[in-house]
Amino acid sequence: MPVMILLLSGLVISAMACVMIRDLLKVAITLAAVSAILSVIMFLLGAHLAAVFELSVCSGLITVVFISAISMTRVISKEESAEKDRARRKRFILLPVILIAVLTGALFILWPHLNSLIPYAEAANAGNEMTIIWAGHKADLLGQIIIILAGVFGVLIFFKEIEKK
Amino acid sequence: MTLLFILFIISAALLIVVGIYSLVATRNLMRILLSIEILTKAVSLVIIGAGYETGKMAAAQSYMITIIVIEVMLLVVATGIVFGVYKNTASIDTTKINDLKG
Repeated sequence: MPVMILLLSGLVISAMACVMIRDLLKVAITLAAVSAILSVIMFLLGAHLAAVFELSVCSGLITVVFISAISMTRVISKEESAEKDRARRKRFILLPVILIAVLTGALFILWPHLNSLIPYAEAANAGNEMTIIWAGHKADLLGQIIIILAGVFGVLIFFKEIEKK
Repeated sequence: MTLLFILFIISAALLIVVGIYSLVATRNLMRILLSIEILTKAVSLVIIGAGYETGKMAAAQSYMITIIVIEVMLLVVATGIVFGVYKNTASIDTTKINDLKG
C-alpha cells in the first residue's frame, strides 16, 4: 500500500511538473515518466498486457513523436523566453490551490463510501484477456485497425514534410 | 469501495484538474496536446482501478489497449496538424492562429 501511495503521488507530481516546466524537451521526458509510473501501477495490479502497451507505446513512441515535433520548432531568444516564463508563472499560480481544494472535496465525498480498509480487492481475473479481446471486442479491433491506418498515413505525411524541410 | 479505489479516484481527479487547467491556461499547441495526454492518463487510471475493484481486470485491459491505440493515433495525427500550422504561420501560439476569424 505505501508503494501504491508513493506511485500515485509521483504520478500527480510528474503531471504537474509536465504542465509547469518551460522547456518542451524536459516536458516530453516528464510525460514519458508519467507513462512509466502508470505502467508500473498497472503491472502491480496485474494488468500486465496493458502495462507493456503503456510502457512501449505511450512512454516510447509518443516521446519520440513529441521530440521530433519539438526539434522542428524554432528556438526563441532569451528575452522572449524570460517574458513567456513570467506570463506562465502568473497563469499557473492558481493550480496548487485548486488541486488542494479538489483533494479535500474528494476526500469528504468519498470517505463515507469506504467499506474496507483492505488495500487490495480479492484478485479475480474473470476470463483471459486475449479471449475477451478476440471474441468480445471484434468491432473494437476493426476500429483500431482503421485508426492505426489513419495514424500511419499521418506519420508518413509528417516525416515527408520533415524530409522536404 | 476499497481504500485503493478511493486513492485511484482522487489521483484521477487531480490529474483531470491538472489537464483541464493546463488546457485552459496554455496557448502553445504542443502543450495543449500534452494536456489531452494527461487527461487520457487519468481515464486509464480509473479504468484499471475499476477493473481491479470489480475483479474484471481482463475486460479492463482490453479497454485499455483500445484507449492506448486511439490515444497514440490521435497524438500522431494532431502532431502532424500542429506541424502544418507551424509551417504556415511560423508559430504554435494559438493567439496567432486567427486567419479564420470573421
